[in-house]
Amino acid sequence: MASFRRTGVLSLAELAGQLPPLERLRKGPCAAIECVEEIPCNPCEEACPAGAISVGEEITSVPRLDFQRCTGCGACLAVCPGLAIFLLDLSGDRPRLTVPYELLPVPQPGEEVELLSRAGEAVGRGKVVRARRAGTTWLLTLELPSEGLLWEARGVRRGK
Amino acid sequence: MPNRSRDNGQRLSHHPILEFPRGRKLTFFFDGRPITAYEGETIAAALHAAGIRILTHTEAGRPRGLFCAIGKCSSCLVTVDGVPNVKGCVTPVRAGMRVESQRGPGRIDPSFRPRGLAPVHQRAEVAIVGGGPAGLAAAQTLLSHGVKPLCLDENPHPGGQLVKQTHKFFGSRAEKAGTRGHRIAQELLAQVASEVELLAGAQVLGAYEEEGRLLVASRAGRLHLIQARQLIVATGAQERFLLFPGNDLPGVYGAGAVQTLMNVYGIKPGRRALMVGAGNVGLIVAYQLLQAGVEVLGVVEVLPEIGGYHVHAAKLRRLGVPIHTRHTLIAALGERAVEAAVIAEVDEELRPIPGTERELELDLICLAVGLSPSTRLVEQLGARMAWVGELGGWVPVHDERMETTVPGVYVAGDCAGIGEASTAMLEGKLAALSALEGLGQRVEGERRGVWQALARLRAGPFGRRPRLGKEKLLSLMKEMAYG
Ligand code: SF4
Ligand code: SF4
Repeated sequence: MASFRRTGVLSLAELAGQLPPLERLRKGPCAAIECVEEIPCNPCEEACPAGAISVGEEITSVPRLDFQRCTGCGACLAVCPGLAIFLLDLSGDRPRLTVPYELLPVPQPGEEVELLSRAGEAVGRGKVVRARRAGTTWLLTLELPSEGLLWEARGVRRGK
Repeated sequence: MPNRSRDNGQRLSHHPILEFPRGRKLTFFFDGRPITAYEGETIAAALHAAGIRILTHTEAGRPRGLFCAIGKCSSCLVTVDGVPNVKGCVTPVRAGMRVESQRGPGRIDPSFRPRGLAPVHQRAEVAIVGGGPAGLAAAQTLLSHGVKPLCLDENPHPGGQLVKQTHKFFGSRAEKAGTRGHRIAQELLAQVASEVELLAGAQVLGAYEEEGRLLVASRAGRLHLIQARQLIVATGAQERFLLFPGNDLPGVYGAGAVQTLMNVYGIKPGRRALMVGAGNVGLIVAYQLLQAGVEVLGVVEVLPEIGGYHVHAAKLRRLGVPIHTRHTLIAALGERAVEAAVIAEVDEELRPIPGTERELELDLICLAVGLSPSTRLVEQLGARMAWVGELGGWVPVHDERMETTVPGVYVAGDCAGIGEASTAMLEGKLAALSALEGLGQRVEGERRGVWQALARLRAGPFGRRPRLGKEKLLSLMKEMAYG
């Protein structure tokens, strides 16, 4: 049994091949799809204006992302019912992470937040640089203090 | 304002996904005490918002609160304006209404005379019992073929469990994936509302074989006698219960009830919660609790692995909610309502391991330990039943057209075997197509498309159980035909 089935936490090893390569991230934001099970789902594929995501005829297939085609627009983050897609970006001065957010109150630009790992552990602090609304889901773009956190941080907690 | 303090801050004014437009303010009475509520709320919801979780008592005096909140479990029976045994969870409040808690089952006063309203006689080519995803999809399909069905639902708000699903749906676009469940309900209702006679708040008491089918329903104190040529039963499912000391304490709620309180009425079901069961329902509702501002202490799952989709589990974990696999709930503690839960690790045989017990202080234990199909109505009609574990227990035997062993009676959705709302909608379509066939229309081409869509949704490892279950039913059907 894969360990994430026991814990609900994917390890970087289990995500191998799913995360965009460094060279791609230096050029600009790119999606990272953390959806590894065969579940009946494909709205990400339909939402992508660049045709970068493929699920295929069998909607239980795992989505595959063409990192070169992805423009980092974030359309897939807003429709994913699993909230399983993030944007990673290493093109600027600081690493940037965009996460879907569905809690209240919504942190606003300038606000500092606590960054949580896939297991919910506090791993550092980040600053909100952009908060955009996509329907009822918010997309928060955060500036991170280190590149390592780009692979580790996935959750956001306000205050503290 | 005195009313504010009674609200206990339990009515949500802001929610990340939902809005709660509240009706007019009104006052009703509970055991003589005035309670402020809003028009459109049920007795149980309004009392919960007022901080009252004990609705009634057993004969022995044990306090009882709600459990299912959709009119199926009878844990919330109260006396309303002198009428005993009224389901508090599906009965809307009215200004001046006098609600009394009971001690044991209420007795009808022998001098009581019903209001003497004459029964309503109705006729329909097709009647649908249940206005959830399956029933509404059936209604929509019938309409698109020029047949106006009559649809009954026992809840004051039709839409079934869809109305409380705030998460976006899985599936593909044809099945409305990426759209939130409550929006799908709104869309479906909008499509059928103007054309279909939709009787909300109608309890179907019985069904008889008489010139086609005769349905007997009770609605707002009046009997409805409905003669239908074809009958679609889409009565959904009910929450399973779990055996542990204290399981009857108010504050031990089914996952569906918790959703009803917070997502339909905008009322916080508690402050600190424990979720029992890490299937999709448990994971999704735990996340919805966070969205309603409830602290979730964790999810316990007795099996060694999480039953639901990883993506749902991941949402909880990255917000700091632990998921304890191989753990069980041992007891609920509290005097008059839940005050704590005791959980423990289990061994290979699922027995609690002594010494691993932990006590959690909380006011809400949410059970998401599975659903059982609600099948009484089809059983009463004499449909053959079969025990299929993969489908949630006893289910009516049916063919791939959704017809039961009683000709002209079809089933769809959870009452035909526990599945997802997306598959329920497709089954509703199938049942409607078969009913149309029963009325003489040709539907083969359309049916093939629905079968293909169903097969796509049930592919993959998570579709294995329903797939196997439905196959078992089909082979039973064949045995009966040739045996
Ligand atoms: S971020 Fe935009 S371009 Fe990239 S995969 Fe998502 S939808 Fe497609
Ligand atoms: S929309 Fe999200 S959950 Fe669905 S397949 Fe795409 S990534 Fe996975």
